[in-house]
Amino acid sequence: MLRQALAITGISIRSVPERWAPSLVIVVGLAGVVAVFTALLAMAAGFESTLKATGRSDAVVILRGGSDAELNSAFDRESTDIIKQEPGIRPDADGKPLASAELMVIAELVRREDVRSGANITLRGVEPAAFVLRPHLTIIKGRNFTPGLRELIVGRGVLAQFQGADIGQTVRMRGSEWHVVGEFDSGDSHNSEMWTDINVARSTFGRSGSSSVLAALDGRDGLARLKSAVAADPRLSLDVLVERDYFSSQTRQFRRTIGVLASVVTVIMGLGAIFAALNSMYAAVAARGKEIATLRALGFGGLPVVVSVMIEALLLALAGAVLGALIAYVLFNNLSVSTLGQNFTQVVFSFKVTPELVVRGLVIAVVIGMVGGFLPALRAARLPVTVSLREQ
Amino acid sequence: MTRTGFVIANLFRRRTRTILTLLSVIMAFLLFGLLQSVNSIFSSGADFVGATRLFVQARVSFTTSLPVSMVPKLEAIPGVARVAYQQWFGGVWQTNTPLIMFTLDPQRYHDVYPEWVMPDAQWQAFAHTRTGLIVGRQLAKQYGWKIGQKIPISSNIWPQKNGSKAWQFDLVGIFDGKDEDWQKRTNLAFIQSDYFDEANQFGIKGRTNFFILKLAPGANAEAISKTVDAMFENSPDETKTQTEKEFNMSFVKQIGDIGLIVRWILFAVFFTLLLVVGNTMAQSVRERIPELAVLKTLGFSDGSVLGFVLAEAFALVLCGGLVGMVLASLAGAMVEKGTGGQFLLSLTGWVWSLGIVAIVLMSLAVGLLPALRARRLKIVDALAGR
Repeated sequence: MLRQALAITGISIRSVPERWAPSLVIVVGLAGVVAVFTALLAMAAGFESTLKATGRSDAVVILRGGSDAELNSAFDRESTDIIKQEPGIRPDADGKPLASAELMVIAELVRREDVRSGANITLRGVEPAAFVLRPHLTIIKGRNFTPGLRELIVGRGVLAQFQGADIGQTVRMRGSEWHVVGEFDSGDSHNSEMWTDINVARSTFGRSGSSSVLAALDGRDGLARLKSAVAADPRLSLDVLVERDYFSSQTRQFRRTIGVLASVVTVIMGLGAIFAALNSMYAAVAARGKEIATLRALGFGGLPVVVSVMIEALLLALAGAVLGALIAYVLFNNLSVSTLGQNFTQVVFSFKVTPELVVRGLVIAVVIGMVGGFLPALRAARLPVTVSLREQ
Repeated sequence: MTRTGFVIANLFRRRTRTILTLLSVIMAFLLFGLLQSVNSIFSSGADFVGATRLFVQARVSFTTSLPVSMVPKLEAIPGVARVAYQQWFGGVWQTNTPLIMFTLDPQRYHDVYPEWVMPDAQWQAFAHTRTGLIVGRQLAKQYGWKIGQKIPISSNIWPQKNGSKAWQFDLVGIFDGKDEDWQKRTNLAFIQSDYFDEANQFGIKGRTNFFILKLAPGANAEAISKTVDAMFENSPDETKTQTEKEFNMSFVKQIGDIGLIVRWILFAVFFTLLLVVGNTMAQSVRERIPELAVLKTLGFSDGSVLGFVLAEAFALVLCGGLVGMVLASLAGAMVEKGTGGQFLLSLTGWVWSLGIVAIVLMSLAVGLLPALRARRLKIVDALAGR
């Protein structure tokens, strides 16, 4: 049985070049489905990996209660100082709490390929502790800003996507000029930000306090101690969020939107590809009617015929899927784009064609190939031998 | 047999093949309809507004506020007829449904936006009720709000004086749009800026995110934009002035290039479709070469044989295309209903006309090569099977 199936499959595969047009329909149809599926989900994967890389599990972001995002949160100077003194925050080498009060405001920059319309960019005013709390952030060009001066360092992602903030250029904000003195790379969502000294940001933007406080936790029970202290303090109404969870939770909306889009598009395109595959395989079976009938007359069974047609459909579908994944990889992998994030500012990220996505694409192709091959395979096996042999 | 009948009969000589091809075409156009209407939600945002209004925001970003004390200066500019302003409230319904909600001066806003239609009595009530709230028809329908109700809305930015973020407003009016485009945008909510100034905890008074300038007839929008921006240059309140259309467009651009994504997907879909239907057509002409030769022998001209094949391709794509677009309409309407009008996916006339264009181009693309082949056939060769 197996040998029969292999023999027939060998014959049919070798005859594919003679029937290249209908075979190509299956390959291209599947390539289309898999390329679109992979590219869309590669976008979601890239966004997710950028935000998930942000934040550590032993630090917390402290926001005003119920504000959801840093943009909506604000503390006055006094609350900022109180927060830093709460228990559960790890002391630094000098015994002071390792915490950075940060002021987030929004500035506008114009996209590289655009002329006028501005996009929202996070400008983060930070204290020196911010760099200790994010050790993976390094200045890759130029130098760090000097506290007290209107100087900016700009994330790699911002420089890739937006104009007017290259090293040596000046950015105008609120009637004053800011010099860009350095470029940094943090490998995460901070790459979409511009950083400066918090006090300079405060005076320029007329704000006295901060938007959030980032603090290192002191030991395993740090979070619990901090949370209970904050809850017991009548002066404060705060949300204390583990930094990593805060950033991960921001991917939910985007993931869902892209997920819905990808499934709707894949299902509809997949149905189209199934119909096309059915068409092609019926044509293939019809073209080989005489040959199949001859084999049957020689004593080959019906099942090997079914198997051979299915295998042909599967192989063509898989070839299409590989082609599709390759197209998605070549065109989109590491392509840098940006969209509005939770803070109403641009998050720069790159498409990521992951092995997992490619495997999922192959699975889709196998399913479509199976469905598209099955009915034609049945027809091939059921063709009455005498009728087929007589056909012109 | 009529020519039309002949074309239809030819289409159904291989029934399975025609039906499967039709189904592929239907799927392609279903996707086309849905994606194009997603795209038009994002791109048409700008098409319906005239250039008669200017948006003034802080140059650094519209999230930074400007002082309302700029109003008299703006109003003094020749060509500016009226100035309204609005500030983002960060309204949240129940636990986490964000509302598009602004604080504003009712009378000024009414003067600048005649596109919103609401009985005068309700405008009056809004102007004179401190805790007044007006909402668009869609929003009222979505949550079943009725005039006279007290609506609890929290703000994720602004606490009240007592520290609570749970505000409460009296619904005094429900507005609608003057035409379909504006009716689609009635998911907004407005409250009085006077009340907000008084009641917020931070003592934020007289600040706003936008000024909206209504221009006098014939005023030069470009020149006025420049005048405004020059007026506040080098102050902490530097401005950036754009037409309402430009503002809407740049806002949409911030989400990302949705049009580009849609174009890439549709390119993949139609490229595949071209191959599928093209292959079917080529196959069916190949099979019928002797028949076509007989037609020519009977006296049908080369042109009419070409016509037969083209008509067949056109019929196939047209039927599939129309069914696909109708399915897209139904699906879109269902999504729109299912989401309570949040996602306006029903197909507009614009998307339909794009669909028709796609149908015509597609039939030409798939039909032309086989049709030309049919036209070129030499009777003797074809009958001899050469």
